[in-house]
Amino acid sequence: MKPAVRVSVRDLAFGYPGKRVGAGVSLELSAGEVMCLLGPNGGGKTTLFKTMLGLIPAQGGEVRYADAPLARMARAEVARIAGYVPQAHTGYFPFSVFDVVLMGRAAHLGPFASPGKRDREIAQRALATIGIERLADAIYTRISGGERQMTLIARALAQEPSILVMDEPTASLDFGNQVRVLERIRDLSCAGLAIVLSTHDPDQAFLVADRVAMLHEGKLVRLGAPGETITAESLKLVYGVDIAVVEIAAGSGMRRVCVPSLARAGGG
Amino acid sequence: MSGRPVVATSAAVLLLLAAIIAAFAIGRFPISPGELVTLVWAKLTGGVHGLSPMADTVLFQIRGPRVIAALMVGAALAAAGAAYQNLFRNPLVSPDILGVSSGAALGAALGIFLSLDLWWIQGLAFAWGLGAVAAVYLIGQAVKGHDPILVLILAGVVIGALLGSVLALLKYLADPYNQLPAITFWLLGSLASTNLDDIATTLVPVLLGLIPLWLLRWRMNLMALGDEEAKALGINVVRVRFAVIGAATLMTAAVVSISGIVGWIGLLVPHFARLLAGPNFARLLPVSVLLGAAFLLLVDTLARTVARIEIPLGVLTAFIGTPFFIWLLATARRSWQ
Repeated sequence: MKPAVRVSVRDLAFGYPGKRVGAGVSLELSAGEVMCLLGPNGGGKTTLFKTMLGLIPAQGGEVRYADAPLARMARAEVARIAGYVPQAHTGYFPFSVFDVVLMGRAAHLGPFASPGKRDREIAQRALATIGIERLADAIYTRISGGERQMTLIARALAQEPSILVMDEPTASLDFGNQVRVLERIRDLSCAGLAIVLSTHDPDQAFLVADRVAMLHEGKLVRLGAPGETITAESLKLVYGVDIAVVEIAAGSGMRRVCVPSLARAGGG
Repeated sequence: MSGRPVVATSAAVLLLLAAIIAAFAIGRFPISPGELVTLVWAKLTGGVHGLSPMADTVLFQIRGPRVIAALMVGAALAAAGAAYQNLFRNPLVSPDILGVSSGAALGAALGIFLSLDLWWIQGLAFAWGLGAVAAVYLIGQAVKGHDPILVLILAGVVIGALLGSVLALLKYLADPYNQLPAITFWLLGSLASTNLDDIATTLVPVLLGLIPLWLLRWRMNLMALGDEEAKALGINVVRVRFAVIGAATLMTAAVVSISGIVGWIGLLVPHFARLLAGPNFARLLPVSVLLGAAFLLLVDTLARTVARIEIPLGVLTAFIGTPFFIWLLATARRSWQ
């Protein structure tokens, strides 16, 4: 049986008033699938995500969750389906990690309600799933970048969504934390979540992605399995530099990695 | 709820009780805590208290209403300030950021200029306070394509400046022997002339503002994450912001219309409360209310007792507020990050 389509994007145009960032983006994301969105800095990845989540209005085209058009859904409805993991930042009041995760329950509560026992249990479970229970009482603004990123993932899980949208979840993390986040992404997709994440690093796409979408100057230039989409030629197009894709022996099998070759100054 | 919040709330309650006892015990006609209990008990049971009728008059006609007014004004300003600091994600925001005080000041000055009676002056202050914020909010709605919070604050600054210049014009045109001093005194803030009727009519809008803030206490925390994250978590940001601005404005306009302009409380008290109780609005709001009430009552007690003449409240809050503010700037990160 083919897994259910969770989100479909059709001919989407996105950007801000007076500034079109991208157009003509169409893609589908199914349950249990990990899609990696690759593209250079300022390539419109974050804007595309925000438009897919309805945080900024689409300038054309359509986003549908299962069968419902996003444009006609209430904010709480969207938040019960799609969890958003923004890039980690420090600009909060000094809430505890547990309180931040508990905020993920807002979409399931009435406007005047405060979270109850069940909500606390769900938040606790989200912490456990991500493996950061020990941080529950730590102050969000005083933990490391990697721990903050884990907290925001746990908060998105507390929303009990069927889709996770993650904006560069590994940016600004050290190598160990990058791998930890990627492991969690794998686990969550195995549990049935549809996940779309953006990254700078094509190697990460080889590690976790079922499919890769490459965004270049606001257009989707490649969409497909990592092995087919991430090639020397597509990387040259998107990043403008020479990168070789080579196979190496890793563990029991073969894996592909990207190896950039540095051009000499003066082009000699 | 455990540890710090319990301590913070208890400390705030104790401070408030101390402020109330001091307010009655200090002054030209001191009423000791024992006498206070006797008088109130006699009033409640209809019995005889055996104290001088003068004590009765001072308690129920003069100092009592003034104490209640100080508690109410301080509580409302602190609650509105706490709400705005969360909403605008800035520890240095006060309830008049959107122009409510400038509007109220102009309304009151207009009433004095037109030689209307006190009831009208208060009514105009209230109406203009609401009107100024409504104008700012409408500008915020009309201007698209920028950060809505930035637009609101800038619109507040601009409308405040406009109202300020109209106020300056009124002062320039006012009769310098009667009207100008009256306008000046009003702008400095005082509770000397509040009576029980003022309190009764002000209590309604204050409660109408306080209740929605309390009901929205948990969502207020999410508003502090910023528009986009709050939206992504399922909050209807526009609606909550409208409700909070409406509630805070209603309270502020109502109390300012009986007290005149009393600055600093809405800025300092919530910040201090945050140091004590932490950032969670469900705990911050009650502690702010208690501390705001206690702080203004203490300041008002000083205002009527430290000198032969009454010192305007606005002057005293600024005297106490400025050093506090500098200390706050030096330590702001502690409660903010």
